[in-house]
Amino acid sequence: MRAQPEAMSTAQDSKSEHRAQPRGIFRLLDNDIAFSFWQSKVTVLAALVTLLIVLGALLAPWIAPHDPFDLKTLSLLDAHTPPAWVRDGDLRFLLGTDDQGRDVFSTILYGLRLSLAVGLMSVAFAAVLGIALGLVAGYAGGAIDALIMRAADVQLTFPAILIALLIDGTAHALFGQYRDESTTIWVLVLSIGLSFWVQYARTVRGSTLVERNKDYVLAARLIGIGPVAILVRHILPNVIGPVLVIVTINLALAIILEATLSFLGVGLSPTEPSLGTMIRIGNNFLFAGEWWIAIFPGITLAALALSVNLLGDWLRDALNPKLR
Amino acid sequence: MLAFIIRRVIQALLVLIVVALLAFTLFRFVGDPINQMVGIETSAGERELLRAQLGLNDPVLIQFTRFVWNAAHFDFGASYQFKRPVIELIGERFSATIELSVVSALFSLVFGIPMGVYTALHRNAWLSRFFLTVSLVGISLPTFLIGILLIFAFAVSVNWLPSFGRGDVVNIGFWTTGLLTWSGVKAIILPAVTLGLFQMALIMRLVRSEMIEVLRTDYIKFARARGLPDRNVYFGHALKNTLVPVMTIAGLQLGSIIAFAIITETVFQWPGMGLLFLKAVQNADIPIMSAYLLLVALIFLSINLVVDLLYVIVDPRIRIDARAA
Repeated sequence: MRAQPEAMSTAQDSKSEHRAQPRGIFRLLDNDIAFSFWQSKVTVLAALVTLLIVLGALLAPWIAPHDPFDLKTLSLLDAHTPPAWVRDGDLRFLLGTDDQGRDVFSTILYGLRLSLAVGLMSVAFAAVLGIALGLVAGYAGGAIDALIMRAADVQLTFPAILIALLIDGTAHALFGQYRDESTTIWVLVLSIGLSFWVQYARTVRGSTLVERNKDYVLAARLIGIGPVAILVRHILPNVIGPVLVIVTINLALAIILEATLSFLGVGLSPTEPSLGTMIRIGNNFLFAGEWWIAIFPGITLAALALSVNLLGDWLRDALNPKLR
Repeated sequence: MLAFIIRRVIQALLVLIVVALLAFTLFRFVGDPINQMVGIETSAGERELLRAQLGLNDPVLIQFTRFVWNAAHFDFGASYQFKRPVIELIGERFSATIELSVVSALFSLVFGIPMGVYTALHRNAWLSRFFLTVSLVGISLPTFLIGILLIFAFAVSVNWLPSFGRGDVVNIGFWTTGLLTWSGVKAIILPAVTLGLFQMALIMRLVRSEMIEVLRTDYIKFARARGLPDRNVYFGHALKNTLVPVMTIAGLQLGSIIAFAIITETVFQWPGMGLLFLKAVQNADIPIMSAYLLLVALIFLSINLVVDLLYVIVDPRIRIDARAA
């Protein structure tokens, strides 16, 4: 974080000497943004941790020593084993086991898959919904704009966690006992997604208001291109920039929100544990001295949230022309 | 000024009506209220009678008006789980939540502002780096995880502080307080720190960036040139001017503290409104959910209103704008 301003100033110095513009994918790797990335050690570290965690989640079926969903391999005799380096530890279970004999390390890897999947899907949902509403509000103006933005204002009055809890509770009441694991995930994605769309809508609406009066939009309208095509093909590419930063920062928030909801017991079920569910289970055994069930998933969650946050911070500063 | 206040109040009332509509829709159309209230063995005739008694057959608009009228008199019906009036249940827990929120807000201010000033004045000191790292952790870590870690550190490893409940409470009229007993004070420390850590980090970062900004301005240079001692420059001139945005954020954050109390209250089994709301969500207890929604909206909107007004009082530039508008 603190290394940021220094990194930015060096980036500025290097800009003065003119460089030949490389083409294609290499342009992505050779510019001020990439330069500021490599300059900041914290950012590189955060990117490494994120990469490691994402790889661990993706490769879970191959690298996890046990399959926590395969009931045949679970044995209650293995339950409550402490981590391998503690007395009574078992080398088969590096980070110990939980109350059902599931290997904590393997469960973390599988739990990460769920946490990341729910986080990514809900951010994607929020972004698509928010961008669409923001584009429409900014381009159409008038009553539609007022309606969408007032709805956004009302929602902004409440913190995301409250909105997500309310939607989850409503879904609970609506579906009642018909809930099973597959619907729980979608309810979770829906509740997290619906609590984040406002930021996207506001940002996109602001830039759309500026873009819609520019010559290229007028020209497009003049040659008879429909409003949907103008919005999607002409305006959208020009307003998408700031959205990327919100996506990164929101991803960390969404992962935390999912973990929080699961911890509160309104998220995913204990048979399919995400990181939050594991911490919830572990919390019950904290007083029995079995700290590893809650602490290791907690550390993983913290590392993930912190790294994604740092990346988001860096991206925000790197894309902010005022700081250059 | 008066026009400004009236406009803000009307806006707040509009939002409140929308929220009431939402709460009413929840209450009336999510699940059948009658099914929730009676057992399976109640006959269809009895159900119809109850339906008519409760006015559930009236036109929706009349029902909504009645809902708002009752809500304005703090009558939110009876909870499905507890079979008791919702307002009684909330009333019992109201003081616990408010006490926790206020104590953690105070905690975040008392620690956040000095830490922010220090990190702004001594930007490269190791203590500043330490504070900034702590604040980053405070912003990134989910509240429940902070709570669990604190419990693990201070209640499990060393048995210094209690990990759940409110301790002994004293009744003062309708208000119960834990701050007057030793066990109550001990019980509030961990939850208040958990709840306040995020706000503390936020306030610290805000004070720091505002302070750095203000220290660059001409009037600070002038104050220095006049030979005023550093202490006067920093605290008399600089800090005073950073406090306007800090006040706004802190005020608005008080609202989210009350909302985030849901998580903290769950971790520490704090007997407040948040815990009640969470149980309602888990058990689809709609009357509690809609009452909580309305109550929180009311608290949020009042806080927003007060912050707006304070802003006008503190910052003369806005006062002129408001008069012009």
